[in-house]
Amino acid sequence: MTEPIVSIRGVSKIFPGGVIAVDNVNIDIAQNEFFALLGPSGCGKTTLLRMISGLETPTQGQIMIGGEDMALTPPNKRPTNMVFQSYAVFPHMTVEDNVSYGLRVTGVSPDETRRRTADALEMVKLTHLAQRKPDQMSGGQRQRVALARALVKRPKVLLLDEPLSALDAKLRDDMRMELTRLQETVGITFIIVTHDQDEALSMASRIAVMDKGAVQQIATPSELYEQPATRFVADFIGKVNLIDAKVLTHKGKAVTCEARGLGKMSLSTDKTLGDSIGIAVRPEKLKLTKEKPKAAGLVSLSGVVRDVAYYGDTSHVVVSAADDLDLQVNVQNDSRTGGAGVERGQKIWVSWTPDDSIVLTE
Amino acid sequence: MAAQLKPGQGPLDYGSRWWLKTLFVVIYALLYIPILTLIAFSFNTDRRGVVWRGFTLDNYAKAWNNSALIEAMTNSLMIAFIATIISTILGAMIALMLWRFRFPFKGSYEAFMGLPIVIPEICMGVALLLFFNVTGMMGAIISMPWPINLANIVIAHVAFCFPFVAIVVRSRLVGFNRQFEEASKDLGASEWQTFWKVIVPYMMPGLVAGALLAFTLSLDDFVITFFTSGPETVTFPVKVYSLVRRGVSPEINAASTVLIVITVVATVIAMRLQTPAKSGKG
Repeated sequence: MTEPIVSIRGVSKIFPGGVIAVDNVNIDIAQNEFFALLGPSGCGKTTLLRMISGLETPTQGQIMIGGEDMALTPPNKRPTNMVFQSYAVFPHMTVEDNVSYGLRVTGVSPDETRRRTADALEMVKLTHLAQRKPDQMSGGQRQRVALARALVKRPKVLLLDEPLSALDAKLRDDMRMELTRLQETVGITFIIVTHDQDEALSMASRIAVMDKGAVQQIATPSELYEQPATRFVADFIGKVNLIDAKVLTHKGKAVTCEARGLGKMSLSTDKTLGDSIGIAVRPEKLKLTKEKPKAAGLVSLSGVVRDVAYYGDTSHVVVSAADDLDLQVNVQNDSRTGGAGVERGQKIWVSWTPDDSIVLTE
Repeated sequence: MAAQLKPGQGPLDYGSRWWLKTLFVVIYALLYIPILTLIAFSFNTDRRGVVWRGFTLDNYAKAWNNSALIEAMTNSLMIAFIATIISTILGAMIALMLWRFRFPFKGSYEAFMGLPIVIPEICMGVALLLFFNVTGMMGAIISMPWPINLANIVIAHVAFCFPFVAIVVRSRLVGFNRQFEEASKDLGASEWQTFWKVIVPYMMPGLVAGALLAFTLSLDDFVITFFTSGPETVTFPVKVYSLVRRGVSPEINAASTVLIVITVVATVIAMRLQTPAKSGKG
């Protein structure tokens, strides 16, 4: 990896009163990455972002931006700019004055200020609203003002704190594409904080999943989804069926275990295992069949359909297998008739290929 | 079963009840008819000023040529002007301090700061008079040249005006989103730039409202001024009081009308400054 643009080393934040918001976090973020900090509310992701911007100071550890230690650099001297969750667009200034603010206070020449402000407004398509006051604008427009105001500074790193959470669903989709496009055009490293896994998966090139102040896993979206490192990640990213299992034998990569409700099964894994493991299977990897599947090597079990939920493109079928084990199966509704083609109370077989099982150790 | 409300019967549909309408008219009549009468009688030709005899502008000319009245008016405006500036700055600083910082006894300080609002004016007048006499300020100040000889009145006015400013500005600051401040710093502004370019403009409506309040309070204060002014210094309300004791003259009406116009114009200008100009269409 080339020299990271942001390097977070052993950073912790303990608030007065002893609350540990961020716990010994290590992250390296490369130039031009679209990096997401993902986690439930209160996991410390926003605190971490604020420490990168300088609005909070780490209790321990070091934050380097562009190879320089930022410990003694106040927020107004850092090469980072932030898009706030509330946008924080100054209400007493016009859109244009908001965007040019960061240039005016740092003594950029009036000519350059005018040119860069115009460019930034152009970039977020707000040129026609330059003279508006923020209270005459919609949430989406205000957010674009906040974006332009930060980008006009040409920061090394753009920080976005839950940028889409206040927008309605349709606008959120548009803005997601817009952000990805912007990031590609301006070539600035983006760090986004979000609690929405879809947002992170669809936009980010890499994601750090955080829980209770600690980083659980740093990986690309597909790695996170297909190879979650912990139960927390498996459960937080997408829907997952988690089955507890007891390890019986473990030789090399091959594991045999006694899974709850499934009986004996064989898996392969690189991980070092303890006595008990979790087996995770994504709902869309499961197949429903009326008869016991004949193909060899499949994991299969029978159960009763407990619930069917229709979502238009897919149906989510919950199957009660033996020993109070419920499995969710996502079925593609690929014909216009019938939906999932199963009814509540129907006897059914669920099967999957063993390779689709994810072995979780913690 | 709950009683069904007919249209126009809701608690806020006061426009459709005759007795509420009447009350509305009566209240406004009692508020404004005396003022309108004063203005009308300032154009009256009658010397006694109680019966309408005809239109004239003589009273204004007389008021203008009455040097004692003009002197009182100048004093009042000067005192109000200085007291407003000082109490606005002081009040704004106190509001900022109460909003921004935590310090020991903050609660009690906040309560004590408001005391001048609730203490009876007469008590404050006596207390200030006592204070000025005991410290020797009274004697020292009233022998100074104008406008320094007004200092004791200005001090007294600031003492009861600044809490109003502080309260108005403080309530404005409650709505301030700290992220504005953070955004400003994040965009490269220093603490001072943030203060002048973000916090002060945000406080501005509160500052203007507080300053207006202070100006009008100071301009028409009688009781405290009466106690704290030296024998030679006369302000407009004190002058009017002494003249009225010898009967209402149309000159006073004229001077009062001018004062009303000044305050109304000041208020309108201040309101204009506060409302942002609507730009663009739709």
